Amino acid sequence: MSEEPILAVEGLTIDIPMAQGTLHAVRGIDFELNRGETLCIVGESGSGKSLTSLAVMGLLPKRLECAARKLAFRGTELQGLPASAMRQLRGNRMAMIFQEPMTSLNPAYTIGDQLAEALLLHRRVSKAEARARAVELLGKVGITAAGSRLSQYPHQLSGGLRQRVMIAMALMCEPELVIADEPTTALDVTIQAQILRLLVDLQREMNMAMILVTHDLGVVARVADKVAVMYAGEVVEQGTAKEIFGHPSHPYTQGLLRCIPVPGRTKPGEHLGSIPGIVPSLIGKVEGCAFRTRCDLAESACAKPVPIHRTQGGHAWRCIHSRTKKADTERMPA
Amino acid sequence: MLTFALKRLGLAVLVALTVSAVSFSLLYLSGDPASAMAGESATSADIEALRRLYGFDRPFLVQYADWLFSALQGDFGQSYYFKLPVSQLIADRLSITMLLGVCGISFALVTAIPLGVAAAVRPNSFIDRTALFISVMGQALPSFWFGLVLIVIFSIQLNWLPPSGSGSWKNFIMPTVVLGYYAMPAIMRLTRAGMLEVLNADYIRTARAKGAGEWRVMFKHALRNAVVPVVSLAAVQMGFMLGGSIVVESIFALHGAGYLAWESIGRNDLPTVQALILVFAGFYIVFTFLSDLANAWLDPRIRVG
Repeated sequence: MSEEPILAVEGLTIDIPMAQGTLHAVRGIDFELNRGETLCIVGESGSGKSLTSLAVMGLLPKRLECAARKLAFRGTELQGLPASAMRQLRGNRMAMIFQEPMTSLNPAYTIGDQLAEALLLHRRVSKAEARARAVELLGKVGITAAGSRLSQYPHQLSGGLRQRVMIAMALMCEPELVIADEPTTALDVTIQAQILRLLVDLQREMNMAMILVTHDLGVVARVADKVAVMYAGEVVEQGTAKEIFGHPSHPYTQGLLRCIPVPGRTKPGEHLGSIPGIVPSLIGKVEGCAFRTRCDLAESACAKPVPIHRTQGGHAWRCIHSRTKKADTERMPA
Repeated sequence: MLTFALKRLGLAVLVALTVSAVSFSLLYLSGDPASAMAGESATSADIEALRRLYGFDRPFLVQYADWLFSALQGDFGQSYYFKLPVSQLIADRLSITMLLGVCGISFALVTAIPLGVAAAVRPNSFIDRTALFISVMGQALPSFWFGLVLIVIFSIQLNWLPPSGSGSWKNFIMPTVVLGYYAMPAIMRLTRAGMLEVLNADYIRTARAKGAGEWRVMFKHALRNAVVPVVSLAAVQMGFMLGGSIVVESIFALHGAGYLAWESIGRNDLPTVQALILVFAGFYIVFTFLSDLANAWLDPRIRVG
């Protein structure tokens, strides 16, 4: 029997009240994540990726309105959970790594204090034990001379080191779920690959479920088990990484894949694709397919509610076209 | 940390020297000190005698060096008016002023910081607006009027507190409130602004993501970072209270150092005025130095390069 999924999300919506009206930032998304799996959430800025991950952690700002038919961690519904119960999960059984390593550590406390705090908040251990665990994890995330780093302050570390510290901090309590929100975006390109490799290795070693929020399809291709492509607050397509890269079925996913070079297939000097137009405003009522203003295949039917197609393998996409014929041919330049 | 402290200390000494030179030259800014002392009916022979008696005929730098050297040993000369050593005069009055200053700033900090934090946690809420109202009142009410109102209510109507004097701790309650309430608004607003900024910081989100409770987030993670500018402000206000609590001291007839300064200026009692300027400036310098140290302790970016 398969065990309960680590995370099950159904019909998650997040609204942001604004002066001009309500901004429907996340509009009914579903996904499920099992132990040891990596789900990549892909999409451009403002598509609702980060809000979704914050919603899972219960860290959305209070003025945002969040609702879901189901938002369950290991079968426990998180909506309506008392704040104290939520706190016991956060940092303990689910942890988060943020995009901005430069500002995500408290400048007033040492690395050691901040790492130890993560453990002391959730386990009955002594300070010395917590520090020992901190040294162990700093070693795991590849920081040399871990013992002497404990007394250093964040401003004494580089961005790459700080992100390693953030990763170590997230793993202090051996969480079952780690959410990494664009963990490498703020780092040098040379460091990005290292940090990503590290994250994936640790995820496998500790058999954690991981949500990796990114807009880098290259990263997705390397690490994802499952992929959810978000556009304008909706998951427009999701499935296994193999399905998404092998048979991209939503025009937006296809467009995204045309935007990146593929070794062996993209010829030198060839122009990469781009998706013309901009993301529509999500203020007020949003109807039909949000991508239709930028889509080559748009028809009048796209303005009406859009059906979701599902295959047996769990591949699903939200489009009026059952599977666009251009799917595979489009990738070869005419 | 030690190099930082030593650097600040060196700076403090330099400032103190500058202040001493300025306060000494005050003697000459107000004209010829000998004729000022002698009064209007004095003959030129009287003035000349005084000039020799007090050493005003010596070169300026010699006089300054002599004065500074004595001052460093605690000898500020004789008060022209009281005919007593200035140091003794000031020592008597200073204890009252210092007690008042410490009580005043403590009152201000104890009320302002919690109120500022509470206001920042729920901006534009009832508590935020109440705090704003209290602080605008504090800024707008003149101390002399507020002091008199307190006396009318608590001394005359209710007969709970003595209106004047410095005999018991009860004498210090109303002056503390008046002095502290004047300093409170700026501290409160600065705490609120600092907290509002810090609460939006990424590391606060990190603290919450770790599972830290709200109190821990507020007081361990946020306040320590928000309070750095507040410490500097409080130090300046403390210096101000010790030197400038003249109004409050007069209303409640607390004969402290501020009151003495005001009297001495009126009486042209220059040695006393010089000494008080030096002492008040010394307070500013000491408190600024202490606040630098406190900030270095609070914020490692200041102390660890």
